[in-house]
Order: sequence, then C-alpha cells, then structure tokens
Amino acid sequence: MGAAPAPRDVTSYGMGLAAPLALFFLVFFVAPLLQLLWLSLHNDTAGLHWGLGQYLHFLTDPFSLGVLGSTLLLGAEVTAVCLVLGFPIAWLYQRVGPKLQTVIILIVLLPLLTSVVVRTFAWIVILGRQGIINATLQSLGIIDTPLKLLYTQFGVVIALAQVQMPLMTLPLITALGRIDPNLDDASCSLGAGSWRTFFRIVLPLSLPGVIAGCTLTYAAAITAFITQSLIGGGQMLFMPMYLYQQASTLQNWPFAAAISIIFLLAVLAVVSVFTTLGRLSRGYGGA
Amino acid sequence: MAGRKRTLEAISFELVMSVIAMIALVIIIAPSLVVLVVSFTSGFSLRFPPQGYSLRWYAELWDAWQLHFAAKNSLVVALWATGLSILLGVAAALAISRSRTLSARLLDSLFMSPLVLPALAFGLAALMLFSLVGLPVSPLTLVIGHTVVCVPYVVRNTVAALAQLEPTLLESSAVLGASRFYTFRRIVLPLIRPGIIAGAFIAFMSSFDNVPVSLFLRDAATDMLPIRMWQDLEGKLDVTIAALSGVLIIATVALVAIMERVTGLSRRLTN
Repeated sequence: MGAAPAPRDVTSYGMGLAAPLALFFLVFFVAPLLQLLWLSLHNDTAGLHWGLGQYLHFLTDPFSLGVLGSTLLLGAEVTAVCLVLGFPIAWLYQRVGPKLQTVIILIVLLPLLTSVVVRTFAWIVILGRQGIINATLQSLGIIDTPLKLLYTQFGVVIALAQVQMPLMTLPLITALGRIDPNLDDASCSLGAGSWRTFFRIVLPLSLPGVIAGCTLTYAAAITAFITQSLIGGGQMLFMPMYLYQQASTLQNWPFAAAISIIFLLAVLAVVSVFTTLGRLSRGYGGA
Repeated sequence: MAGRKRTLEAISFELVMSVIAMIALVIIIAPSLVVLVVSFTSGFSLRFPPQGYSLRWYAELWDAWQLHFAAKNSLVVALWATGLSILLGVAAALAISRSRTLSARLLDSLFMSPLVLPALAFGLAALMLFSLVGLPVSPLTLVIGHTVVCVPYVVRNTVAALAQLEPTLLESSAVLGASRFYTFRRIVLPLIRPGIIAGAFIAFMSSFDNVPVSLFLRDAATDMLPIRMWQDLEGKLDVTIAALSGVLIIATVALVAIMERVTGLSRRLTN
C-alpha cells in the first residue's frame, strides 16, 4: 500500500457490464434476424435451394406491391394527422402554468400506456354503425342511414393517429421547450406577425423534434397491426397482417421471411431518411 | 392602425392554435372515457350513451375464467421480462452511458433498434430460430422475446438518469476512500433509481400489452390477455371486454399516478 495507485477514471464503468445484454441480443435478436434473412433467400420451404424467388415473387406481384404501397401511404397519412394535431398541443404546453402542463402531459401520456387493444376497442365503439358519430348525426337528422366509418381508410387513420399521438407530441414538447422564448418576442417586436414568427422561427427551430416525432409515429403506425386489423377489417390488408397470414395460416415461412425483410428495409429506409433530415436540421437549428 | 392589425393577426393565430390543441386533447382522451361509460351499461349493446347503467358486466368479468387465466399468464411473463430487463439493461446502461467510444454508440443503437423494427418480423424470426435449435415455444421463449422488445425502455431511461449524474460526486466518493461498489450502492444507485423505475414501468406495461411477439412465441396452452381480447373483438362485440377495458384503464391511471409521484414520469419523458 506504499505508492499511490495510478489515477483511475472513477466516473465511468467498464464496457464489460454491457457484455451480458450484448450477448443476449446477439443470440436472441441478431441471430434470429440473420436466420430470417437466410430463409428468405431460399426458393423452397425446406430451405434447400438458394435463390431470390421469394423477392421476385413479391416484387412482381401487383397484390403484394399494393399491400406495401398502402402500408407506406397509411404511415404518411397518420404521421401528417399527428403532426397537425400534435404541434398545437406542444405549443399550448409552453403557454400554460406548471399545473396545467402536468395535466397536458398526463393526458398525452395516458394513451401511450393504455393497452392498444383497449384503445382500438374504443374506436370500434365510436365509429361503429350504432357508434357515437352515427348516433349523433342521425339524432341531428343530418343522415338517415349510418355512415360506414369502420373498415375504412378514414377510420384506420383517425384511430391510429389517436393511438400514436403521444409519440409525436412528447418530442415536440421537448423541442419547443428548448427554443429561447426571447426569439419569439424579438421577432414580434421587429414587426413579424404571429403566423410569420411561427412559420419562420418556431417551426424551423423545432425541426429536430418534428423529425424525431415523425420517425417514431411513422414506424409505429405502419407496424401497429392490432389497430390496422380491427379497424380496417378483412378488406384492408397491410404489411404486418400480410406477414402474419403467410407465416401462420399458410405456413409459407420463406415468403413470410421475405415479406419481413422487405418490411424491415422499408422501415429502415424511412428511419434513415428522417435521421439524415434530422442531422441537417440540427445544423440549421443550431445556426 | 398597424398595432391593431397586429393584435387581430395575433388573436387569429392564438385562436387557431388553441382550438386545434383542444380538439386534439379531446381526441386523445375521449376514447378512454367512452369505453369507461359504455362498460357500465345495463344492456347488451355498445351504444353510447347507454340506455341504463349497472355493474353487471363487471360481475360477469368476475366469472370469466378464460380472461383470468390469460391475465395471469400476461402478468407472470411481464414480471419476468421486466426483471430480466432491469438486470441486463441497467448493467448495459452503466457501461455505455459515459463512454464516447464507437463501440458504445454502436451498442446503444443495437439496444434501441427493437423500438423501431417491426415486432412482428422479430417474433417470426425468433420463432424460426427456436424451432431450428429445437427449443419448443413455452413461457420461457415468451419471456426471452418480451425481454428483447422491453429492455430498450430500461436502457434509455437509465442512460438518461446517468447523464444527469454529477461526475464530481463519484470523484469525491472515491477520494474519500469509498470502493467503486460502495459508491455505486450508496451514491449512484439511489440517484438513478427513479430513472430505472420509470424505465421498468414502461417496460412492464409494454410487455403486458404485447401482441406481435406473443403471437409467435406462445404455446397453445399459454393464452395471453391482449391476444385473448383481440380475438374476442374479431369475433363479436362483447360487453365483457368493455368491462375488462374499464379495469385496465383504471389500473393504468392509478399506476401512472403512482409513478408520477415516485419518479416524476412526465418530466422524464419530455427532457
């Protein structure tokens, strides 16, 4: 105990502590995905004949391409609705006192933690033939026969938008909280109106939050298969249900694997586009 | 004149933003309220507002043994997955949080990736691997699958809590002769505990609510609550499900209120 020990960094921990989780992920996350990729590159169910048959099948089949297209479109529509509705919530949050702020956060947070099946069930009650919307419109004499709201694109988009709204709103609240309120005042005192200030100052500066929110919302909306299948019904098919049908009902694992890989790549492509935009916007916002 | 014009313009802006915000908040909260009200109906249909009120569907729920069985399975799997997530996730967060190295950043991305990748694709992939190595689906495979998709919440919240930690505290503790383990136990752990609890809570809720992974990794004997509810809803609109939804909504509200007290959940998710 003579010499002082060599100065050691006591503020950080060794990477060894990450080893158990890294190993767990390697075995139960990375390996399964590689196995999925491996099987998707085979033309037969037994996995004996290599080939791109599954991908060719998907990419030349108008039905499959249609499912992919409508899934990507659905994600875009839900994200747009969430952004338009979520941004004003984040804006309002910055303008109220701390008590109301907590109330707003809890309202936004609750659906995130409530079971997705429960939230989707609520929309069945609201959109159904005897649901609130139809009952109200009928009692007001606006319509005679119930509107078809369930099993429509409109129904799926509105239900998904509600289900995913927290994922958009929380990053927006964070982003708006980081904007210096003086900028707002400065812009207004220099003669810019509120609308102009919003579109020229607040919106650009909140872009990192917008992009983070859009990424999360989009990824969640296109994979939310409970809401898609219950509100969309049998006629509307999106990628997750397509994957599930092929894997489970038809036991066509190689094709289901190819669908999964194509779906994974589509999600990754969208996420990386958003991430790139985010990096660019941070440079813009920081300037 | 100009001042007056500007105020009108400002008022129009505030009005539009406030009205949209109000509509959005109503859209967010209304579905849960609607389900709560409908669950107290005395009738057989899901009409809103109900013709009469009663607790009959909650009484019905009391005898719904299939739902009880599914709820018990979901609870057990969620508890195991959360425990495993805390064990693996907190250790990993300690390793990667204060490191700026490339490997730490890569590991961080790896541990977060289950959040954006389609869980259904992962469920199928895991099933394929398990069947390849001859491991039959069971509660064990469910716990493994759930842990993969739940551990990111623990890692993320623990990393965030560690980032708030003042490094000088650790240095002072070391200078005063405390061992690393003692410092961890008496300084680090108490300070990051709320973050760990918040992450574990979200992990637990998302495991309890998980369908896509359970769909592939459960055996026929292990019915899970959200899958049971989903399949019931596909078949018929059962008011018992409304009562069950009521129970889940009230339980969620209560848990969130407790978590808000214990961990300041709302601040954690906006910082």
